[in-house]
Amino acid sequence: MDLNNQHIIKTSKLSIGYTSKKNVNIIAADLNIELGKGKLVCLLGKNGIGKSTLLRTLTKVQPALSGEIFINNTNLKTLNSVELAKSLSLVLTEHLPESNLSVYELVALGRQPYTNWVGNLSETDLKFIDNAFEQTNTKHLINAKYYELSDGQLQKVLIARALAQNTDIIILDEPTVHLDIHHTIETFALLKKLAKDFHKTIIVSTHEVNLALQLADILWLMTPSNFMADTTENLIENDRLDQLFESDLISFNKTLKQFTLSNSYQP
Amino acid sequence: MVNPTKSYRNTFLILLGALLLIFIVNISLGSVYIPLKQLFLAFVDGEVEKESWKSIALNYRLPKAITAIIVGSGLSISGLLMQTLFRNPLAGPYVLGISSGASLGVAILILGASFFGATAAGFAFSSWGHAIAASLGAFLVLSAVMLAAIKVRNTMSILIIGLMFGSLTASVISVLAYFSSANQLQQYLFWSFGSLGNLSWNEILVLLIIFVIGMTFVIFIIKPLNSLLLGENYAKSMGVNVKRTRNLTLISTSLLTGVITAFSGPIAFIGLAVPHLTKLLFSTSNHKILVPAVAISGAIIMLICDSIAQLPTSEYTLPINAITSLFGAPIIIWLLVRKRKITY
Repeated sequence: MDLNNQHIIKTSKLSIGYTSKKNVNIIAADLNIELGKGKLVCLLGKNGIGKSTLLRTLTKVQPALSGEIFINNTNLKTLNSVELAKSLSLVLTEHLPESNLSVYELVALGRQPYTNWVGNLSETDLKFIDNAFEQTNTKHLINAKYYELSDGQLQKVLIARALAQNTDIIILDEPTVHLDIHHTIETFALLKKLAKDFHKTIIVSTHEVNLALQLADILWLMTPSNFMADTTENLIENDRLDQLFESDLISFNKTLKQFTLSNSYQP
Repeated sequence: MVNPTKSYRNTFLILLGALLLIFIVNISLGSVYIPLKQLFLAFVDGEVEKESWKSIALNYRLPKAITAIIVGSGLSISGLLMQTLFRNPLAGPYVLGISSGASLGVAILILGASFFGATAAGFAFSSWGHAIAASLGAFLVLSAVMLAAIKVRNTMSILIIGLMFGSLTASVISVLAYFSSANQLQQYLFWSFGSLGNLSWNEILVLLIIFVIGMTFVIFIIKPLNSLLLGENYAKSMGVNVKRTRNLTLISTSLLTGVITAFSGPIAFIGLAVPHLTKLLFSTSNHKILVPAVAISGAIIMLICDSIAQLPTSEYTLPINAITSLFGAPIIIWLLVRKRKITY
């Protein structure tokens, strides 16, 4: 990371939070994030710590309180919505509204920033859609309606939609929250593959802490007092992970590289 | 891999054939029996046995059939747009109080004309006056419902808010009616029964112009409406300007519902039932398919309803609103019971 222009996401003195009529609620201040291409980033933190606020700010869903965000060296403020849609795609936790969409139609919607005014798919669009199905191993599902899918299949299809959008960055908000352990691991393995083999920068907010410790290239830790961004090894080395959960019940086991029940725990 | 987006050419051809057929059936029905051949001759400006037949065909039946097509298409498209925008399968121009808003506009114009003086009174009886007042009324109520929908996300609440706006406007109309002259009241009442007939060619032209303007807006929101199928947040993340889409939908729905209500009175259920029937037939949510499909289906169903209203080949025509409700309500109940869950 010797050159500035290798940062796909960079923030300087970023403050995030909410403003209401009367007061400003700062959730995190002075964030200086520098993130290179092709990394799997896991955003960890307790419930309600502000993970979603950070992701919402990075994706321009809500404004930053102060500071700057650069996506591919362009200030986020100067990007219009279509330009942003070409560099950043989302996978959200929310339930999809009911509709008759087929899996193919759903994934094809990812091409919206590129298609013409009526949404016709060009040869290039078809190629990207095809690739998205291939990379996520979901080709066999194309004719199904999306509501017929299991939660695990749907998650993959939603990732395929983000891939069809052909963006350098994919941001996922708790993608495995409804999934069993098998599908959770499968999803994370897929994300790891996309980062490693296809050089996608992937930011995942998740509560799968132990899985994140094994797979993530970089961890973003949010605690009430500060924000830490570093490689997993460095964070373990410097005993940062113990600060993640300020609880007597849970502690970080350095040899196992896992969170476990505290030794002091007495049932 | 081939693009598995289904081609619906055959279904469309069948629908268009059905439209043509029901159009012919519709204009051949009426209180006076006219042989098909004579009807055809009337339209191609040929020699017709009786001069009155030609007049009935050209000045009564043809305008009525054309009105039915515009009314059916326009209301159904309005319903489709609202169902997608409100993410609500039970949304429609009548349910959400939009038709009531249009009624209010017309009521203020007709019943309140005396308050505004002579110029307004002249305007009140012109077809443009009706069309503008009704569109404004529809726009006002729709904007209000939309504002409420942004605040409350709950589907059920939005429907109840729509119903409340409906009864609000109804009560304002009652107050207006109370202070109106018998003459004005009669004029308003006749309008509110709903009717596809009695439109002059001039009025049809007004209806057609605004219909075309409304439909043009619709064509431009086909793409963003598709992305709204995934919800507003996904739509935004794909570069869609949600606010602009919402405004364009608002304008086109107000224009369509407004002008149609102005000329044919408040017509129930078409806007709600037709999009569901079409989605059942086409099994897709893609608006590129649904918009033309719903427009054609709406025209067909309105022509069928009008033909039923004509069926007792007496001098009387049943009120069109009674027929659309008789036809629409059971369909919705049947859909809910059979599928348990209706999509939009």
